[in-house]
Amino acid sequence: MSSTTALPTSEDQRSDEPHLLSYPRFLKRILWLATEGSFGFYAWMTLLTALSLVGLNAWANQVAGGMIGTNMTDHVSWGLYIANFTFCVGLAAGGVMMVIPAYLYDDEDMHKVVIVGETVAIAAIVMCTLSVVVDLGRPDRFWHLIPGIGEFNWPVSMLTWDVIVLNGYLLINLHVVGYLLYMRYLGRKPNPTWYIPFVFLSIFWAISIHTVTAFLYCGLGGRPFWNTALLAPRFLASAFVSGPAFIILVMRVMRVTAGYTAPLGPARTLVQIIRVAMVVNLVMLASEIFTLFYTGGAHVSAANYLFFGAHGHSGLVPWMWSSIVLNLIGTVLFFMPSAMERSTVRIVACLCCIAGIWIEKGMGLIIPGFIPSTLHEIVEYSPSLIEWKVTVGIWAFGLLILTVLMKVVVSVFGGQVTPEQPTVTT
Amino acid sequence: MTTTNDSSPKENGQGDRSLPVLQNSSRRTAVKGAFATLGAAAFVAAVSPLRQAAKQTTASEFMQTHYKRLTDEDKRKVIERLEAEVKQEHGVDVDIADDRPIPGTKFVYAINLSVCNGNGKCVEACHKENNHDRATNQSYIRVLEMPKGTMDMEHGNTTYSGVVPKDDKFYLPVQCQQCDEPPCVDVCPVKATWKEEDGIVVVDYNWCIGCRYCEAACPYHARRFNWKQADVPADEINPDQSYLSNRLRPVGVVEKCTYCLHRTRRGKLPACLEACPTGARVFGNILDPDSNIRWILENKRVYILKEDLGTKPAFFYYFD
Repeated sequence: MSSTTALPTSEDQRSDEPHLLSYPRFLKRILWLATEGSFGFYAWMTLLTALSLVGLNAWANQVAGGMIGTNMTDHVSWGLYIANFTFCVGLAAGGVMMVIPAYLYDDEDMHKVVIVGETVAIAAIVMCTLSVVVDLGRPDRFWHLIPGIGEFNWPVSMLTWDVIVLNGYLLINLHVVGYLLYMRYLGRKPNPTWYIPFVFLSIFWAISIHTVTAFLYCGLGGRPFWNTALLAPRFLASAFVSGPAFIILVMRVMRVTAGYTAPLGPARTLVQIIRVAMVVNLVMLASEIFTLFYTGGAHVSAANYLFFGAHGHSGLVPWMWSSIVLNLIGTVLFFMPSAMERSTVRIVACLCCIAGIWIEKGMGLIIPGFIPSTLHEIVEYSPSLIEWKVTVGIWAFGLLILTVLMKVVVSVFGGQVTPEQPTVTT
Repeated sequence: MTTTNDSSPKENGQGDRSLPVLQNSSRRTAVKGAFATLGAAAFVAAVSPLRQAAKQTTASEFMQTHYKRLTDEDKRKVIERLEAEVKQEHGVDVDIADDRPIPGTKFVYAINLSVCNGNGKCVEACHKENNHDRATNQSYIRVLEMPKGTMDMEHGNTTYSGVVPKDDKFYLPVQCQQCDEPPCVDVCPVKATWKEEDGIVVVDYNWCIGCRYCEAACPYHARRFNWKQADVPADEINPDQSYLSNRLRPVGVVEKCTYCLHRTRRGKLPACLEACPTGARVFGNILDPDSNIRWILENKRVYILKEDLGTKPAFFYYFD
């Protein structure tokens, strides 16, 4: 961020200080703040740290002992990690659903919570990156992916596109969130030229991250279950459910724990977005099911295995049906009038949809892409203990980042931290 | 809040505490410091298994660049290092060559399905020739036992047993098809796999990051991942090796059939062909008009697997 750009002045004499000095101090202050809190806060952070370390340790063991510690095989070569990655991309893209109404339709109330959506996106992108890193057989060779010193197979490989869009999205959101917080901290009105273009960029970018991630799978001709043009739109529709649902939950937690209350309007807008997106998602699911089962052919064998089991194997059947049931319950609950209020119904609906979509993107999409294999062998897969530990660790670390960021948002927007306060402790 | 000296804002507007502010914050600092130290120690303990893994990777191996960027001198050093590692770990002298494509050569393979009887000798020969893991009985070749009257692999079975051939079955060996439009090569994010001029798709085992996207992209189940370090008894290690084919592969990388380039680029035939007792396998240079393979492709009823996917295999099946 460069030097002053003719902003509305505040009476604070510190605002004359160059940003080069004052921005690092701001970062230092908010980092200190993020480690201040009640007993409950410390207990929560300790729990998340402990779980993250358990995951880290499991991953270290996986690297030391080889990927044999996972239950993946040459037949099912991607498992829980990539499934979790796919869901987290959706979560990150869904974060932008706060942004679209706020800026496209100029919904003033939405501005107060839009920062929550963008911070959720930051935490989700970190989880995406971690989910891919733990899936690498040779994480020590990660530098081969860095353009310039490595070999970057761009534009042919969809994975390189994914690396670009995910990192770009992270940078955009870090900039927007950092800038808005900093301006609030200085007590100034944010300068639109410094963030509005980035906000619009992030809207397009959010759509691109989930589209590119869908193209990772649907571009593979040898995997008929994935090779459908509906994959990217379905990804977007489900992201626009899981993202806003997650944000509603985060807002509830912030209200209960920190008293950070947002007006009802934005949450109602989110519920309306979820209603539409979920119905679209279900319609597309029905459309997929029709083409799969009415025609038969190569497509239907994976779907048969997924929905009903095949040749005596039925490992994914309970997952798939529980996903459909959870999604349906969530949808019905979201359409109840009480979902518009701060009710238990709304919370349960959010939880149902998040769980339903997590399963749909994982056990219902990534795994059946591999079963049956390309030579039509059925080798089943269920994640090993190491894989579960690593995945829990990633979620704990993501929530840790989210908690820290939320803590900062609450303090800055609550006016608890301003440049006037001397920094005795740091 | 009136105490401007308090740098630690109180949660939920709780009232002032009786303790002096500075003392409170310095106690907090001490507690935070203690927690940070504890956390750092736990972090070091959690990642400690990585130290073991790090011991197995030397700095020169870590820094090694892509095969295509290596100069002849670099390659010599790399190969010396690899040979020394095998000597140290297994006590075996191996010879790793850098076999390059022969100009004017395009290798193709063909299998006579009228003759193949599913005895699996090719699978076994591949296993030994390419230094595959003994415990998992790995091989680049899978043979499907198919009911007569169908080409639908869904009715196939790769884990058949008993006396072969069975009357109502035919046998379909599948290995890397060395496609002219290889989806596995397209998807690799770091160009660790590519197609050579003689038509063989290879992997740089020292550049692959192990993402397994190629394994997902291959329609023929032709790629294998080293889920653990392959275990081959010292006296069974095949010492005739090549950098891009059958040398002992590192853990965590993808590998595949290379048409035994350490043999075929030296004028020999693939190990699976030599092992086949029925003569079902034919291998050769399609650019040579007088070759046996050329005659077969011109005169037999030939087909390729999954033609509809547009992968253009250099691997053919035919009937008498």
